[in-house]
Amino acid sequence: MDMKVAKKKLGIKERYGHMTRGLGWEPTYQPADAVFPYDKYEGIKIHDWDKWVDPFRLTMDAYWKYQGEKDRKLYAVIEAFAQNNGHLNITDARYLSAIKLFWQGVSPLENYVVQGFARAGRHFRGEASRVACQMQAVDELRHYQTQAHSISNYNKYYNGFHSQRHMWDRVWYLSVPKSFGEDALTAGPFEFLIAISFSFEYVLTNLLFVPFMSGAAYNGDMSTVTFGFSAQSDESRHMTLGIEAIKFLLEQDPANVPIVQGWIDKWFWRGSKVLALVGMMMDYMLPKRVMSWKEAWEIYAEENGGALFRDLARYGIRPPKGWADACEAKDHISHQVWLLFYEYGGAAAFHTWSLTNEELDWLSAKYPDSFDKYYRPRLEFLRDKHARGERVYQSTLPTLCTTCQIPLCFTEPGDPTKISHRETVYEDEKYVFCSVHCQEIFCNEPEKFVQSWLPVNQIYQGNCFNPDVDPTAPDFDPLKAVLEYFKYNLGRDNGEFEGSEDQRNFAMWRGQASKN
Amino acid sequence: MSKVFIIVQANEEARSIVEALLQDNPHAVAQESPAMVRVEAEGKLTLKRATVEDLTGQPFNIQQLHVNLISISGHIDEDDDYLTVEWAN
Amino acid sequence: MSVEIKAVEIKPLRNTFTNVAELIGGDKPASRYQEATLGVQATTNMHYRPTWEPEFELFDPRRSAIQMREWYDLKDPRQLYYASWTIQRAKEQETQEANFDFVESRCLHLSLPDHVKKLALDVLLPLRHAAWGANMNNNEFCSRAFSEVLISPAIMQAMDNLGIAQYLTRLGLLLDEPEVLDIAKAQWMTGEAWQPLRHMIEDSFVVRDFMEIFLVQNFVFDGLIYPLIYDRFVDDTLTSQGGSAVAMLTSFMPMWFGQSSKWVDGVLKVAVAESEQNKALISQWTTTWRDRAVAALTPIAAMAFGNNQETMLNEVVEQFNARAKKLGIVA
Repeated sequence: MDMKVAKKKLGIKERYGHMTRGLGWEPTYQPADAVFPYDKYEGIKIHDWDKWVDPFRLTMDAYWKYQGEKDRKLYAVIEAFAQNNGHLNITDARYLSAIKLFWQGVSPLENYVVQGFARAGRHFRGEASRVACQMQAVDELRHYQTQAHSISNYNKYYNGFHSQRHMWDRVWYLSVPKSFGEDALTAGPFEFLIAISFSFEYVLTNLLFVPFMSGAAYNGDMSTVTFGFSAQSDESRHMTLGIEAIKFLLEQDPANVPIVQGWIDKWFWRGSKVLALVGMMMDYMLPKRVMSWKEAWEIYAEENGGALFRDLARYGIRPPKGWADACEAKDHISHQVWLLFYEYGGAAAFHTWSLTNEELDWLSAKYPDSFDKYYRPRLEFLRDKHARGERVYQSTLPTLCTTCQIPLCFTEPGDPTKISHRETVYEDEKYVFCSVHCQEIFCNEPEKFVQSWLPVNQIYQGNCFNPDVDPTAPDFDPLKAVLEYFKYNLGRDNGEFEGSEDQRNFAMWRGQASKN
Repeated sequence: MSKVFIIVQANEEARSIVEALLQDNPHAVAQESPAMVRVEAEGKLTLKRATVEDLTGQPFNIQQLHVNLISISGHIDEDDDYLTVEWAN
Repeated sequence: MSVEIKAVEIKPLRNTFTNVAELIGGDKPASRYQEATLGVQATTNMHYRPTWEPEFELFDPRRSAIQMREWYDLKDPRQLYYASWTIQRAKEQETQEANFDFVESRCLHLSLPDHVKKLALDVLLPLRHAAWGANMNNNEFCSRAFSEVLISPAIMQAMDNLGIAQYLTRLGLLLDEPEVLDIAKAQWMTGEAWQPLRHMIEDSFVVRDFMEIFLVQNFVFDGLIYPLIYDRFVDDTLTSQGGSAVAMLTSFMPMWFGQSSKWVDGVLKVAVAESEQNKALISQWTTTWRDRAVAALTPIAAMAFGNNQETMLNEVVEQFNARAKKLGIVA
């Protein structure tokens, strides 16, 4: 046998180049613009797709290897959790409200972006960017499915989990994340990337996964912490896609800068509104708390986001327009959202409750500038009413912001006593907003946002009843009919925690399990 | 100077990663929270393959980091032998 | 911090999610596949029209001319969900990796007869671009498809296509210097034998009907290329000439094709049985694209099999037609 000279080993970068950008070609039998019809209409100019940098150079063989390893571990935990009644290890059944809200409002978003990233992964002209998007598409599929499999066990024993898919398309507060996701998916591929990969994944996702999941661990929920951290390990790749995407767009052409800045302004604000729900989960729904929403915001948004925007300043990018207002809101947002859900507790598919003195004291200590002054008195007042057998439930329908679809419950920057409220007239129709930033988002794309499916308006128009109900019947109860349209099991999914079936069952089962 | 960080799960495999980070980046500090460890540092953090291999006596591929990684911040530069996160400001 | 939990019998309140129960005939224990896919895609009260395609809703079955009363009937017989897919692929890639190691450590790639090596590179390396084309089509299928039972396997299929393109790339890098990849790409772009195939694949890139994309790529293109190239060219022609190392380096592909065919057949069979209109449309797509694909593969068969080309190609087409017939397709 003739001995040939051993070939030089290719470095990871060179090798990865052959594995991705080397695969594609410029079509000649079909016009490139017919093969890639969507990457020009947003006005983004790309001169050289080869300038895209891939920081994590995962080929499919390595992807399968590491993801397979992660999922073997994850499913071992899921199985053990189900076999050993792991749900009885959580601190308290109140904790379940946080997981219900996560399953109802966050998991469907994971699934939404699968198709969005598949579209980006098909329609960008640069191969390397496409591969990164495709990996995110299949990762997001993983996230939805691992969440379904983890939550499956909770669904068997507790209420509020059963009709997540049905509720997503109908329930008033779920139209907040749903409209967020659909806004991104209906945008062009570049805006989608800035919305999800940069604004959401890079700037905001740590707030969701890191402190909240650590909180799940602290509250004994091994199932959630395992899927949470396991998902987050993919998130690191996704965040990196976000920051590479933005550098790439900004370096390609100066004309991209104002377009990208507009998207950052829009999507940072949209994302921060969706995360108000997470603020409430952290401050109110975790019986044992790891850190406050405010502290998490300071570490992951202010400190980390601050470093990021200092870095992007060299391209002429400034922090998002709503930045200062969002930072000011860290003192208020979780309390305002909790009060909203407490008072509309009859219409939410999770439980709310009165806080103990110890919990109120914790919040007082964590929010020295706002809690005692604005929120503690109201919470104590509601608790007293509840103790007297007069649990407060709002039954009038709230006004929704046309853009973020959250009921008007946030206050004016600089004045935490005044509900913030803006209006715009467009084509003779009046539209209402929760803030100047949501108003501006509308005004930049009115033709898009006039299409918003606003649950409250739809209820008034009679579009939220099951087809078999008769609204003219003498005993017609519209609120009940709407909750049935949402597929709530009335009295089991919604309302006060104290006295709920979840509370009773958890106490009984844990009693059986921990006593002889 | 801005801070960069690498957060990993608190488990046996990631322990050597945390140790290697602290060894190779004297300015780094580790903070523990339930189920996770966050290593942060001013400006820059580098994970070196050789250090992890010395600590464990086992071969280590930088991409194995992905299995236990929770989050990361800064610009990333990855090669066969190292991974660096860094802010340019 | 946790209490001592002993094993107790607790009766569940329900067995599965309502979106799953509605599709499996009531509330009963559901499989992981079912809970991962059934009824998962959003269906109503969408907020905004896509800016990239305002003529459709965001999720819209009208993106295909195929009609189904229940799109969730188009299930994947493999019942793959992400974890079962990735764990299965992890095992298969371990085998494939071991094959690469075996060939490399025993220098089998150096002992390939020169003409066998050249033939293998000439035929296989341009096909990495065809695999990339398959990846594009399955991403397009995924992004346009209606119902999660299609979306979920679609993105896995796309990633499999990418994996195959990368295995072919590794084969080139192992057998020769990286320049062979450039040579193969030049063949793909301008070599006479490859132009009908590339032309056909580029034409598939502008198909917008998601069921047609699915059929063209996964049934017709794969259904002709894999049996021709991996069963006949690699496993027979090359192996009989001392090229079994090549078969080791591509062992993933025929194994994968067998699995993916189960999925493709499962979907097409149900779609055809749904209505006469579906059957007619699927039959027409199959005929048109098959005839075109056979013509496109003819010069490649000539390169691969020499005088034997007609027999080999005919066998493959007969096999394909028999498969189509079994699915109820008239082509």
